[in-house]
Amino acid sequence: MNERGANAAATDTATIAYVLRLGDDALIASHRLGELVSRAPQLEEDVALANIALDLLGQARSLLTCAGRMEEQLTGVLRTEDDLAYLRDEQQFTNCRLVELPNTDFAHTIARQLLFSGYAFELYAALRDSADDTLAGIAGKAVKELSYHRDHAARWTVRLGDGTRESRERMKAGLDAAWPYTDELFAADQVTRSVSEAGTGVDPARLRPAWEEFLAQALSDAGLDWPETAPITGPGGMGGRDGVHTEAFGYLLAEMQHLHRSHPGAAW
Amino acid sequence: MTAEEALLEEVRGLAAAVPDPEMPMVNLEDLGILRGVARDAEGTVTVTITPTYSGCPAMDAIRANIRERLAEHGHTRVRVRTELAPAWSTDRITAEGRRKLAEHGIAPPTGAAPAPGAALVPLSVRCPRCGAFTTRELSRFGSTACRALYVCESCREPFDHVKPL
Repeated sequence: MNERGANAAATDTATIAYVLRLGDDALIASHRLGELVSRAPQLEEDVALANIALDLLGQARSLLTCAGRMEEQLTGVLRTEDDLAYLRDEQQFTNCRLVELPNTDFAHTIARQLLFSGYAFELYAALRDSADDTLAGIAGKAVKELSYHRDHAARWTVRLGDGTRESRERMKAGLDAAWPYTDELFAADQVTRSVSEAGTGVDPARLRPAWEEFLAQALSDAGLDWPETAPITGPGGMGGRDGVHTEAFGYLLAEMQHLHRSHPGAAW
Repeated sequence: MTAEEALLEEVRGLAAAVPDPEMPMVNLEDLGILRGVARDAEGTVTVTITPTYSGCPAMDAIRANIRERLAEHGHTRVRVRTELAPAWSTDRITAEGRRKLAEHGIAPPTGAAPAPGAALVPLSVRCPRCGAFTTRELSRFGSTACRALYVCESCREPFDHVKPL
């Protein structure tokens, strides 16, 4: 293989890994919200969380399908969206740990949604200019949906933060619990360096200032302070992007995958 | 018009008239989700559609309904292709589509679609039942991905509104 061929192959591997990350983020964020269907505090909120979960699931399906097809071009073996969602083990998922954090209570869910959708909005806004047409197309749709998701989370942050003493304490606790997992969203590694050089992806650090600006506004509207809990990394400084997850993730996967694994090929 | 053009026009007309599974008063043309029709050298017809939202669960039904409608008219080699870019926007709903929605109690989108990230300040939405503008958003997320739930302060009736996207 000549030098150019080797570079192209390396870039492909990185792009596949990158698209897979985005797909895993959307899939796991969607599954966590899906757990709340029929359990939200109000009927309207039940519908809202289910709708947001559905948008994220749609994004996940597009992204995982895209990653599977890119991989097929490289290896000749196709993994479908279902293969990727249901037949990988915990260490093979590269979602950020933020999206897998348990719901705990409504304020925890809103805190996770605020931090994640604020980030994903900036990410997809930037990815509309991706050199990869498929990724740019997915981003063009996702950014509009994320615009509604982050607004939903920001409005609840205000209601809870500026509500009763109880709701305020819970909102603070939710933010404190999720905050340690936010550094991971903006960390660069081999994959992000490769895709940002190739123009297919973005350097995540570039997204941070706009995310902080959005967050500062939401927190200030809610009368809440900037969270100060220290970052938490996994063993050896590793995290979700390395396939190292929190304890809660194994339980999530067991529930998400058990039907498909118990009845391979089952269809409605 | 050549025979080929006539055939494509017929296929386009058939696909355009397929009703939306969740809002059957409007069809694919009204919603602006039909992107085009083509036929290759082997005679396979490709119908291109675009989803309203990434996770729109009606897409599978829409694909099946297009194939069924075309098969009824003798077009059996049909492929339905989904295209994401350019992203669908409520601006693509036709005037006819807006009229039909309102006639059936669903308030059509107001104004132009917002730029992503712009403040989501809804314009006054007109009650499709009594015509009053004194309406209030109950929930930004309604019975389908594309709708929000509103209530009219004048006639007190709740109604759906296709929210700008």
